[in-house]
Amino acid sequence: MEKIPILKLGEILLVSIQVDMHDRLAITLQDDLTARIVKDRARGVLIDISSLEMVDSFIGRMLGNIAAMSQALGAQTVVVGMRPAVAITIVELGLSMQNVRTALNVERGIEMLQRAVEESEEDTTHEPSGT
Amino acid sequence: MTKSTSRLNDILEKNEKEILDDWMREQLASGTLRKDLITESELRKQSAELLGLIINATRSGNVTEISGTEWKPVLDFLAATSKTRAAQGFSPVETATFIFSMKQPIFTRLKKEAGSNASVLADEIWVATVLTDKLGLFTAETYQKSREEIIRRQQMELLELSTPVIRIWEGILVLPLIGTLDSSRTQIVMETLLQNIVDTNSGIAIIDITGVPAVDTLVAQHLIKTVSAARLMGAQCIISGIRPQIAQTMVHLGVAFGDVVTKASLADALKYAFRQSGITVT
Amino acid sequence: MSLPGPETLELKTSEDVVRARQRVRVCMKDQGFGLVDQTKMVTATSELARNAVDYGLGGTMRIESLEEMGRIGIRLVFLDHGPGIPDIDLALTDGYTSGHGLGLGLGGSKRLVNEFEIWSKPDEGTRVTITRWR
Repeated sequence: MEKIPILKLGEILLVSIQVDMHDRLAITLQDDLTARIVKDRARGVLIDISSLEMVDSFIGRMLGNIAAMSQALGAQTVVVGMRPAVAITIVELGLSMQNVRTALNVERGIEMLQRAVEESEEDTTHEPSGT
Repeated sequence: MTKSTSRLNDILEKNEKEILDDWMREQLASGTLRKDLITESELRKQSAELLGLIINATRSGNVTEISGTEWKPVLDFLAATSKTRAAQGFSPVETATFIFSMKQPIFTRLKKEAGSNASVLADEIWVATVLTDKLGLFTAETYQKSREEIIRRQQMELLELSTPVIRIWEGILVLPLIGTLDSSRTQIVMETLLQNIVDTNSGIAIIDITGVPAVDTLVAQHLIKTVSAARLMGAQCIISGIRPQIAQTMVHLGVAFGDVVTKASLADALKYAFRQSGITVT
Repeated sequence: MSLPGPETLELKTSEDVVRARQRVRVCMKDQGFGLVDQTKMVTATSELARNAVDYGLGGTMRIESLEEMGRIGIRLVFLDHGPGIPDIDLALTDGYTSGHGLGLGLGGSKRLVNEFEIWSKPDEGTRVTITRWR
């Protein structure tokens, strides 16, 4: 069965969507990613959509779901590389994607994730000690 | 019918030089000759070439069906000429006169050659009229198309000129908007800015509307959509230079900028952008 | 410019939805539409083709290139013989969904095109016609 590959880079899982996804493939990716976050104890997920020529409400919802689920599993998600035409269309479509963090490209996305991971680490080390 | 009977080719070929001379005189006398755009000798060269091509084409016996392959060299020549004339700034009348002024000289020769037989003369004049009209219309059409092409190009250039996206610092773009914003212009501005954000890897873009006299609901919505689209791409947009008057209209129109970052002046927006990017200016 | 004749694509599976949007992308490109126009029409295609597959029990998409009064356009007709939409106005409202979607399919697609027309009858099916002009 066709799958979208998930790469591990330290604490970050990297997904680059290179194909025009049909709905089942998108759902498979969502399932695989949540499973991998738990298995690899990932702290961040980076989804590169710079190859995607369109994002409809289904794919948009999938991206939102991944962000929400990873959050629940203790990982941050950043979506990177959305093309201008795709962004304009999503806005017109009425998809807000409010809960999804975005960055211009993979480099900036990784920076963003590393900062987020560091911040959340500070939080977790301070909280239990109560100092 | 015209194929077998018309003597047009015969007459043109025999009187080529006289027709050219008359035609030149007609063009010079018509008052439509633009001596500032074309010299007499150049015009004569063009006219001679065209007449030669027409004679060549009529030799086939097809004297009115200009869609035929025999006429291709003539049409190519006319297309090229009217294109250059459109670009040089000739008016439509001036361009059409180039062809239509050929009528009189040809009619004169026809009368001389076939004048004794009224019905033959009428036929020949009809054929020559149909031909010159068709060539004239073709010229006018190509001229029109070339003008439209020029206008389209100029419009694009104007739009590009009116959306100067400036990379003011590494990672910071500024788009100073000047003049009236209509829906189509705002749309192009939006696309240009978003593409520039990607191309220059800029995380912050400032849209300065100090030079925009008025903002209506549609334009305000476009601006907000641009900000939303930029956010989806991973960049932040700041809108600066909202004058009190525009702020008032927007409140009246019920347009809410929501969580869009707005600053009163471009300087304030820049300060904010520097702080966001961790840049200190001393 | 010669216009390509209309063609009809089957919509049965989610792979068909992908094929439909790829076909529309090519047609839009061929007719000289800009990137943003292409993306909007392709996205609308995706929404409407998915509706036909998921709710309409499968259907068809017809692509037609248009030239009217010097304007170039593309018209798509999505047709299914599914259960139909009982309340079209409600279905066009953002956020309304009868299934698992976000409820942006119909209303959202309407915003992505120049002309939008919907016909539906319970137990007979649904037909959505969209047009985008260059």
